Amino acid sequence: MERELRLMKGNEAVAEAAIRAGADGYFGYPITPQSEILEYLMEANPYQTTGMVVLQAESEVAAINMVYGGAACGKKVLTTSSSPGISLMQEGISYIAGAELPCLVVNVVRGGPGLGTIQPAQSDYFQAVKGGGHGDYHLIVLAPSSVQEMADFVGLGFDLAFKYRNPVMILSDGAIGQMMEKVWLSPYRERSKTVPDWATTGKLPSRQRNIITSLELNPERQEEFNRKLINKYNEIKEKEVRYEEFQCEDAEYLFVAYGTSARVCQKSVQIARNEGLKAGLLRPVTLFPFPSERIGTLSGRAKIILSVEMSSGQMLEDVLLSVNGEVPVYHFGRMGGIVTTPEEVVDFLKLKIMGG
Amino acid sequence: MAETTGIKDYIKPENLVYKKTGIMTDNILHYCPGCGHSTMHRIIAEIIDEEGLQSEAIGVSPVGCSVFLYHYIDIDWQEAAHGRAPALATAIKRLCPDKFVFTYQGDGDLAAIGTSETIHSCNRGENFLIVFINNGIYGMTGGQMAPTTLPGMKSTTSPYGRDTRQMGFPLKITDIVATLPGTYYVTRQSVHTPANVRKTKRALRKAVQYQKLNKGTCFVEIVSNCPSGWRMTPVEANKWLEENMLPYYPLGDLKTPSEETSQKTNNPE
Ligand SMILES: Cc1ncc(C[n+]2csc(CCOP(=O)(O)OP(=O)(O)O)c2C)c(N)n1
Ligand code: SF4
Repeated sequence: MERELRLMKGNEAVAEAAIRAGADGYFGYPITPQSEILEYLMEANPYQTTGMVVLQAESEVAAINMVYGGAACGKKVLTTSSSPGISLMQEGISYIAGAELPCLVVNVVRGGPGLGTIQPAQSDYFQAVKGGGHGDYHLIVLAPSSVQEMADFVGLGFDLAFKYRNPVMILSDGAIGQMMEKVWLSPYRERSKTVPDWATTGKLPSRQRNIITSLELNPERQEEFNRKLINKYNEIKEKEVRYEEFQCEDAEYLFVAYGTSARVCQKSVQIARNEGLKAGLLRPVTLFPFPSERIGTLSGRAKIILSVEMSSGQMLEDVLLSVNGEVPVYHFGRMGGIVTTPEEVVDFLKLKIMGG
Repeated sequence: MAETTGIKDYIKPENLVYKKTGIMTDNILHYCPGCGHSTMHRIIAEIIDEEGLQSEAIGVSPVGCSVFLYHYIDIDWQEAAHGRAPALATAIKRLCPDKFVFTYQGDGDLAAIGTSETIHSCNRGENFLIVFINNGIYGMTGGQMAPTTLPGMKSTTSPYGRDTRQMGFPLKITDIVATLPGTYYVTRQSVHTPANVRKTKRALRKAVQYQKLNKGTCFVEIVSNCPSGWRMTPVEANKWLEENMLPYYPLGDLKTPSEETSQKTNNPE
């Protein structure tokens, strides 16, 4: 089958990509700005074609626990939501991480805290990258900055989830979810006919029973499990860091930005360069694992580093850790659902160059 | 010295009156003496065994005293977050429609924190079985008040007895789910006497057989005890159950498939 070119919203691209990635099940609850995903899937009705189950759950709490149940059967399952709904899912995500289940969770972020706004924001970075629920765990976090990546990261997300038996989050935002762009859709992948050997599929005489649980009351064994997770996360840090560079070769002023902010900063780099400032952009594609090493290296040549994000400064902390005090690091970004403009970023940079 | 007969002399096939159910594991049950959970585990294991469902069964254990149910019955298991077992079971059954899927949940799990999942899975008529152990108390966390705690009943969080004006009335969730078109068979049983154990086993077998029809949710409540949480001996607890729990939670079928309300399959095919 050929790839196919379409004009789509980011949210629709996620839905279509899930069908094409051979997903077995989707469980979701409506919330702006991502309700199109559930709507698209309901209309597409993939149960009739690929056999993919689509179900509107009674809450995000139920949705994420349906994901747990499906994932524990070795199935490719996903859910999507936006910030308040993702907060409700955190207990379930922690259980999924604790039971080492593969799944995909998409967060089309809107501004908070609380009910906040339905406009785009990047204020769920900490929640996505540092754990989010209780206990010591990490998600693999992918940050798309285009409709194309919204689609591509569904397949990639499932692959990583199954490779590491770990939940994967696509951390998007309302702008990417809602905007329309051209997108190349991958050919249909058939739904898998086999499941991993750990999955609960009914105990056959040929094997021991499979138990999916996150419970371990023996402290020694629980600590051993925690160490196992650390080793897994270290392997992920070693092998799965992804980022993109834009005019970083000679950059003295380095923007670090992901998602929508990275799109903005590409333009900021051009404006700054037109004004004779050697600016560059590093765009983390994975937020966990974070491209710390690369940022550390680039900081060798940099005079100023700006963490540009639509939050009060969350990724900033990871940039600071990467740079380790070698270069001044500042945060810039609008909040409340306001998308930063490229000019604002450059103006802020100039202010900092002048020592402001 | 006169010869004495030893235990070995009695272990003969012709003397066998009772044996371990094939699919109970050798793990030692962690329940308090006299606890209804252990009896119910055995009944479930027997039914799965007798109905030949071991290779099809996927069980979902709750958070509560029976969280380690997966240690005792030799089938595939998923352990759910507190109250969420029906959400897991929903996905399991929809993604693996030929499996026999069931949840096992306490009253705190099913009727307090998990009320939403319970009602909505029953309302959608999900094709799995719910086994609901109502012991009127939170056993695992040390005997706090449950939604099912009787009026006036003492618990560690209702030390002067449940005051219904402050704490509400015991929730008859089984009666609620019986009104939903999505449920197919709803019954309330107990395991506090041998006769009731036999009735419960019959009801559970029926539920399991109905479940195969994929015509909606089957729901089996077991009015059970919690000697430790109730601060009673097992014998006292069963007497108390009979005198206090059963008048409030009368035993018997609440909904049987002959009723017209029973829903068709929700399988889109
Ligand atoms: C989210 C969450 N809240 C609270 C608890 C603590 N907790 C564990 S079991 C339980 C109640 C168990 O009571 P019940 O469901 O009636 O089962 P029983 O132990 O009586 O069999 C509670 C409150 C928990 N594990 N998770
Ligand atoms: S605390 Fe109660 S419910 Fe739990 S095992 Fe003991 S008697 Fe049974």
